[in-house]
Amino acid sequence: MKYGVNEQGYYGDFGGAYIPEMLYPNVEELRQRYLTIINDDAFKAEFEQLLKDYVGRPSPLYHAKRYSEKYGANIFFKREDLNHTGSHKINNAIGQILLAKRLGKKRIIAETGAGQHGVATATVCALMGIECVVYMGEIDMARQAPNVSRMKMLGAKVVPATSGSKTLKDATNEALRDWIGNPVDTHYIIGSVVGPYPYPDMVARFQSIISLETKKQLLEHTGKELPEYVMACVGGGSNAMGMFYHFLDDETVKLVAVEAAGKGVDSGHSAATTFLGREGVLHGSRTILMQTDDGQVVEPYSISAGLDYPGIGPQHAHLYKINRAQYVSVTDDEALQAGLLCCQLEGIIPAIETAHALAQLEKMKFAKDDNIVICISGRGDKDLDTYIKYFGY
Amino acid sequence: MNRLNQLFNIKKDNLLSIYYTAGYPGLNTTLDIAEALEKTGVDFLEIGFPYSDPVADGPTIQHSSEKALESGMNLNLLFEQLADLRKRVTIPILLMGYVNPMIQYGVERFCKKAAEVGVDGVIVPDLPMYEYETLYADHFQANNLSNIFLVTPQTSEDRIRKIDELSNSFIYLLSSSSITGGNLQVSINIEDYYKRIKAMRLKNPAIIGFGISDNKTFTKACEYAAGAIVGSAFVKLLGTEGYMEKIDGFVKGIRP
Repeated sequence: MKYGVNEQGYYGDFGGAYIPEMLYPNVEELRQRYLTIINDDAFKAEFEQLLKDYVGRPSPLYHAKRYSEKYGANIFFKREDLNHTGSHKINNAIGQILLAKRLGKKRIIAETGAGQHGVATATVCALMGIECVVYMGEIDMARQAPNVSRMKMLGAKVVPATSGSKTLKDATNEALRDWIGNPVDTHYIIGSVVGPYPYPDMVARFQSIISLETKKQLLEHTGKELPEYVMACVGGGSNAMGMFYHFLDDETVKLVAVEAAGKGVDSGHSAATTFLGREGVLHGSRTILMQTDDGQVVEPYSISAGLDYPGIGPQHAHLYKINRAQYVSVTDDEALQAGLLCCQLEGIIPAIETAHALAQLEKMKFAKDDNIVICISGRGDKDLDTYIKYFGY
Repeated sequence: MNRLNQLFNIKKDNLLSIYYTAGYPGLNTTLDIAEALEKTGVDFLEIGFPYSDPVADGPTIQHSSEKALESGMNLNLLFEQLADLRKRVTIPILLMGYVNPMIQYGVERFCKKAAEVGVDGVIVPDLPMYEYETLYADHFQANNLSNIFLVTPQTSEDRIRKIDELSNSFIYLLSSSSITGGNLQVSINIEDYYKRIKAMRLKNPAIIGFGISDNKTFTKACEYAAGAIVGSAFVKLLGTEGYMEKIDGFVKGIRP
């Protein structure tokens, strides 16, 4: 793959494994074994079976007719919101739990922001009967209380991250600290295409099912495998990477990644990483991150907890730098309006993360025959409070 | 040859090093503390430059880093403070911190500046060997700075050999795979690990760190290595009232 990772774990200038020695054996074990494991026929069969019977894949590719009318092009929704647990996060969680079993791990840790990845991880741990500890920022625990309860019901222990800004980046730090202290029996299920190599590549592979299915489904719908545009929202970037993956080498397909501008890119309350960030190292990889001149990580802001992350995955940083994908941003207000529009035109309540990708449609010009695929990364049940407060329903 | 090399040439055992965070407890206490520590007979020092996301550190050093950043500590200011370093302190000094602030400052510039103020070495836990070798080793060598690598009980023998090759002063031996501020528990496995390292007859001496907090843990560490490093326990002391007066007693309590 032209845009894939090289042997040292880099995508162009980005990636690598910037980890303390204490994590080296764990990460090295993964590096040496992940490809052999996930390319093994028995692994593939088990993964595919669970995706089909347990997750409910393939997720539909839905031709959104009223959206198509409104925007004057053929718009397709890739319905990851219909997955078990309500988002694309489950694809990666299933892949990694099967991998952890083959590595002989007895305990799983994970970080979570909004709680979607935490719920997906707690779910697969329940499924496999493996102990699960989820780190979550103390502030996020308060604002995403229903997901905390869901994780507990699923048997996971939820540990508040009380350091730093008490949000996703600190939950990630705490998970890494846990892994340092438990190097032998524990596997860390990272929820996005971030972290030290091989995580960005491994998570992208598990999520790549999204674009693999899309190609086939699009062929059925339109007679062509390739659309003109593929669009997705980006926090760390796992649904976007899954949505882009099998289109990366098809250079005619325009890839659009939508970041969260929060209250506006220049408002001081934003998570638009490619607009506000610079190159550096975050959570084990060289990437683009929001930081001060002195290299201290800046706390981002977005109304969507899933996009509220100060970095992006290293492959995204690479695609951005070489212009293979276009990175744009959408504000809280634009996203919420787009979310409501999706409810009213298509009868689908999208996650606020997803609503960012939908909002970008307003800013684009399409030709009548253009085919556009948008990843509906998650459902909006978890965001009802936010929608209700905003619109006063 | 830097001051670290000279020290290890003449002194082979019972070495004591102390870690503390620059800018903690007061923004301008960095050099005063260094001076006080030298007076107590400590052999060398590690001065931490704070980072917002210190994944290898436990609560004590996290807290000191947060406070230092709140007070306004950064690399520019630290190097300003260290301008007088060699007028006041003669023992070897290492800087310790995470790679991102160094990258933003510019690694080449960082190395030059460190050498200019009289720093002898750097410890960067999240700078891996591959990136060090391919991107930065030249800058370290050009400025006569030692880069210190960490070794844990899980580090393979091959990798320890490679680390030994790349090192030119000492190897930082972690007492266990843990973040800073834990308790050293000398189990049979740990003794085996120390013995295994000793039997490898590395060219660099080993200094044990993480979990060394008192005379008992220091003495135990010195049975297997050339010395030990105390970090969190000292940073805790700095958080108490009248800490300047307590430094001498603290150090003597560890190594009478």
